[in-house]
Amino acid sequence: MNRGTLLLFAVAVLIGLPLIVVALSLLNPQWDTLQHLWQTVIPEYIGHSVILLFAVGTGVTLLGVSTAWCISQYDFPGWRWLSWALLLPLAMPAYITAYTYTGLLDYAGPVQGLIRDIFSVNIGEYWFPEIRSLNGAIFVLCIVLYPYVYLITRSAFMQQSTTAFESAKTLGASSLRSFWKVALPLARPAIATGVTLALMETLADYGTMEYFGITVFTTGIFRTWYGIGDAQGALQLSALLLVFVIILIMVERYSRRRARFYQQRSATKPPQRRPLSGWRAALASLVCWLPVVLGFMIPAAQLLWWSVQKSEIWQQSEFWVLTFNTLWLGLLAALITVALALWLAYGRRRHPTRPLRAAISLAGMGYAIPGIVIAVGLLSPLAWLDNHIIAISEWMFDFNPGLLFSGTVIALLFAYSVRFLSVSLQTVNSGLEQITPQMDDTARTLGASGKRILWRVHLPLLRSPLLAALILVLVDVMKELPATLVLRPFDFNTLAVRAFEMASDERLADAGPPALMIVAVGLIPVIMLSRALRSKTLKAGE
Amino acid sequence: MSTLLNIDAVSIQLSGDLIVDRLSLSLEPGDIGCLLGPSGCGKTTLLRAIAGFIPVSSGHVELHGKTVSSSRVQIPTEQREVGMMFQDFSLFPHLTVADNIRFGINRLPKKQQDERVKELLIRIGLNGYQNRYPHELSGGQQQRIALARALAPKPKLMLLDEPFSSLDAELREVLAHDVRRLLKEEGITALLVTHDQQEAFAMADKSGVMYSGQLLQWETPYALYHQPTHQLVADFIGRGVLLNGEIREHQLHCAFGVIEHSQLHNKPDMSVNFLVRPDDVLINNDSSMRAIVVGCGFRGSHYLYTLELADTSHVLAVGPSHQPLKTGEQIGIDIDFDHLVVFDSSLCELPD
Amino acid sequence: MRKFHSLLAIFAATSATLVSFTSAAAEVNIYSARKEALIKPVLEKFTEETGIEVNLLTGKADALLARLNSEGKNTPADLFLTVDAGALHRAVQADAFQPVSSDEINSAVPSHFRSTDNLWFGLSLRARPIFYSPERVNPDELESYLSLADDKWNDRICIRSSNNLYNQSLVAALIEHHGAEKTEEWAENFVANFARKPVGGDRDQIKGVAFGVCDIAVANTYYFGHMLNSDDAEESAAAEKVKIFWPAQDKQGAHVNVSGIGITKHAKNVDEAQKLIEFLVSEESQKWYAQANYEYPVREGVEWSETLQQWGDFKQDDIEMDILGENNGDAVRLMNRAGWR
Repeated sequence: MNRGTLLLFAVAVLIGLPLIVVALSLLNPQWDTLQHLWQTVIPEYIGHSVILLFAVGTGVTLLGVSTAWCISQYDFPGWRWLSWALLLPLAMPAYITAYTYTGLLDYAGPVQGLIRDIFSVNIGEYWFPEIRSLNGAIFVLCIVLYPYVYLITRSAFMQQSTTAFESAKTLGASSLRSFWKVALPLARPAIATGVTLALMETLADYGTMEYFGITVFTTGIFRTWYGIGDAQGALQLSALLLVFVIILIMVERYSRRRARFYQQRSATKPPQRRPLSGWRAALASLVCWLPVVLGFMIPAAQLLWWSVQKSEIWQQSEFWVLTFNTLWLGLLAALITVALALWLAYGRRRHPTRPLRAAISLAGMGYAIPGIVIAVGLLSPLAWLDNHIIAISEWMFDFNPGLLFSGTVIALLFAYSVRFLSVSLQTVNSGLEQITPQMDDTARTLGASGKRILWRVHLPLLRSPLLAALILVLVDVMKELPATLVLRPFDFNTLAVRAFEMASDERLADAGPPALMIVAVGLIPVIMLSRALRSKTLKAGE
Repeated sequence: MSTLLNIDAVSIQLSGDLIVDRLSLSLEPGDIGCLLGPSGCGKTTLLRAIAGFIPVSSGHVELHGKTVSSSRVQIPTEQREVGMMFQDFSLFPHLTVADNIRFGINRLPKKQQDERVKELLIRIGLNGYQNRYPHELSGGQQQRIALARALAPKPKLMLLDEPFSSLDAELREVLAHDVRRLLKEEGITALLVTHDQQEAFAMADKSGVMYSGQLLQWETPYALYHQPTHQLVADFIGRGVLLNGEIREHQLHCAFGVIEHSQLHNKPDMSVNFLVRPDDVLINNDSSMRAIVVGCGFRGSHYLYTLELADTSHVLAVGPSHQPLKTGEQIGIDIDFDHLVVFDSSLCELPD
Repeated sequence: MRKFHSLLAIFAATSATLVSFTSAAAEVNIYSARKEALIKPVLEKFTEETGIEVNLLTGKADALLARLNSEGKNTPADLFLTVDAGALHRAVQADAFQPVSSDEINSAVPSHFRSTDNLWFGLSLRARPIFYSPERVNPDELESYLSLADDKWNDRICIRSSNNLYNQSLVAALIEHHGAEKTEEWAENFVANFARKPVGGDRDQIKGVAFGVCDIAVANTYYFGHMLNSDDAEESAAAEKVKIFWPAQDKQGAHVNVSGIGITKHAKNVDEAQKLIEFLVSEESQKWYAQANYEYPVREGVEWSETLQQWGDFKQDDIEMDILGENNGDAVRLMNRAGWR
């Protein structure tokens, strides 16, 4: 391995640091807590997790693929607007959506209140689905996470060769059969990527589960950490959670193994949009409107209502400082993470050696570790580093620079990189897969070095996936909570922290303005992305 | 009606632009037709309309006497029983060769499917490849599979959209012959679209040149080459130049002197452009007509020379491969027109 | 390449502004588990009076503790403020505090609300009584926490998840008073009486009683205070429908928990920190600190807010707060086994 590869390897391992810390905890012979947990709550954690994985996986696939198909293939009223509106739920943190739906559908909320008024019944005398339940959590997660599948699958459908689909039709296959047998299997790697991302988010979710009273690994880890006070036990529990993640990743890898679908060599036509009319158009509209309404419009309306109720918050300058902090923090983290992802992805592409690939896989797993575990897992090594730097600095220069890493945004950015690298890696890889090695070879014969190939050939082609990665990370960082709570420097707050504090203090209405702000700011990148994707389609000549 | 394919005054508009302009042609059962033309002339659009991917704005398309496309009707592609071959082969990358071929005959009992697959693979010389995947095959092999796949359900009409343009030249010729042979053996009517004249000559029974959405001349390749009825056809088909001349009293006065030809007998006096093909110009050093060699291209079996005449206009000529002429050399030429093709030089636009 | 270098420069510049430098002005730094809004005003008053700047970092108690520990002697924190006794205990276990000898503080805070070695000091109290619906429950039927395990309460009790530290402290206290075995037995029967599986926070439990989802709830007094005085008409109306019952009055007394503060072991601004604590236990601060969150002041003789006065006087469980922390681990394990999610 040359120097560059070694560096890559080191970085990948560094990102995997919290993972290593967690894994090492298994070597610690203190098993009592884990044993106790195994006898009491772990079976429940496993059961709930499995149900969640399957149910949310199915839900986001249905929502994401159906909408991606409609938007990429058909011309029906409102499709242009819907093509980016479908991304809106990305700006909604899951737990905020959970809060809003609870506010609406709980027994104290307006919907049930209305039912009681209309039918003159009391609580207990009528049936209404309980939102704060496992089913409720599945619902919330599906409508919040489907955009991952939608975004990536739509890209895939649009890059598919139309002629494959058309061939199927000339061979007598109906639209349905052509979709099922041709378009869908070809998009399977993309769907797998999107679903995996959604499921990783599901496994890592804490806020929604806590609020709905669902016992899963994340809530268990918090409990063990704080309640029983056993950090080791909590880490061991995290290791168990990681087993799930590893299984998830392995399943995804296996399903992509046989599919080496390169882009067609000759120029392919972009999909020709087929116009719909009558009941078909209505159905397509309905399919695409539903997720937008459920995943964004209703929660946003609730947040707006709460914000109006608490309008005085908007006039506090401190609130705007909060907003600014959140914004630039997110941007910085997104840039770093995407740059890292590019670097690592390229390293793997050019030197696909086993150790490097393993290291990068390691780096990509940070996503499933709950933020809080990453945070504390990083705290020790970073503080150790800081203490040593201070010691050396005082010894050599008699100067105490303060805590450079553990007390500043650097620790935060590090934690974000660990947590969100997977998002950008997956997306970048997905985009890289579309670029065949032949293109690289062609460029090489024209005298282009590796860097030039990157800048002039790949980056333009990667523009869409890179943008997708940037916005996904940016929005994720702004919504991130537990790690931010732990690692943020003095007097540095984010909108997510504020919203969480208010909501957990059961002051939901006060959580409205910061939550609304997160969503509003999160919308900007969503709009940018959708514009970029749209202009790309227009250029290709639809 | 005994024609298999009948296109009657079809116009196709896309996003406000008129791509195909009142085009008519027909194909008898078993015929192979070919549409030639430069890029952007609308030939692919027409093909896709016949396939049913895009609607026609006016006129109608009939298959076997049944209207499949018109301004009011558009039968879905999957019900038209047309087979199609694409430039990028379009094999389903996630299915094996056998599964690809089977795709259109999935309603038959499994045993019959297997038999048909085997039969077709034998015909295209790729028996034993059932379980390979497309990415394991070469371009030529993939295109053959694509052909087999399209033929499996025995379509009424085969449509070929520049099927060989992504293959190398020699392969193209071989494949063109194979495809024609297979189509004839199965008795399948086909319409090919290409910008490559060699393909058209090799495959087609009837051919035509499309330009700006209109069809100029629909005849055998021989007639197209030797008897173009339109200047643009003459320009597009084969190699040749158009020179100026004047017809006076049934004689052609031009840079070659005065030419007499049966085709001039009923022509009035007028200014004309006439077609000079390379095979109309013979190199004869004893001739009194002189020309200077200004360009020389080795073609393997012959040399293609560009000659400059006394009036500085250029013509093309062929010469034997073993006796190259040098640039700047002065030679003698004879003119021998089997067919004399003349066009009124004041008319340069499209017909109608 | 040039682009990359300039980007790097911008990045370095931005992050440089965020590195915390030690400043020269008088200041004091607090790691606080108490929410910002509930402490900032009194801190601002402190700054006004003394000119000492206060830097506040809020977060979950144990996350802050973990941070304190790894920062070690380089920690910027001078004070550590928690919202429950368990966290205070864990801080003591982790050797995070240094003793403070201040007569002023000691005389203001009763001994069972401060640590025996003067490591930490309670600042305010919250009680965790029984809330009931007067329409459906006769207060004569209510007695103590233990009595809630009775069959007659089947399907009528609302309480939040065992994840919550207030519940953990409650069970810790019960273990101390009644022994582990009896408490576990109680817990199993108690859980069987839940009207629904634990969901939501304390306010949700009180609302549950108001709306008739259950008849009994166990929650913290300050949530009740906030609800009664809420801007949200619905919320205050709901709270009006519910009454407080002080349990175990003829036994150990109603369970209380303390929000406390201590000076960190490696504090750099010890004098300022001590001044702040003294300020916080002063009469005026106690009044505001307690009133702002509808809590009970630790300092005796400080007037309660109106709302609290309406709830009446009651016997408080005077168990050593240290013990709540000590028994926390056992409490959680007990709740795990009893099926209290």
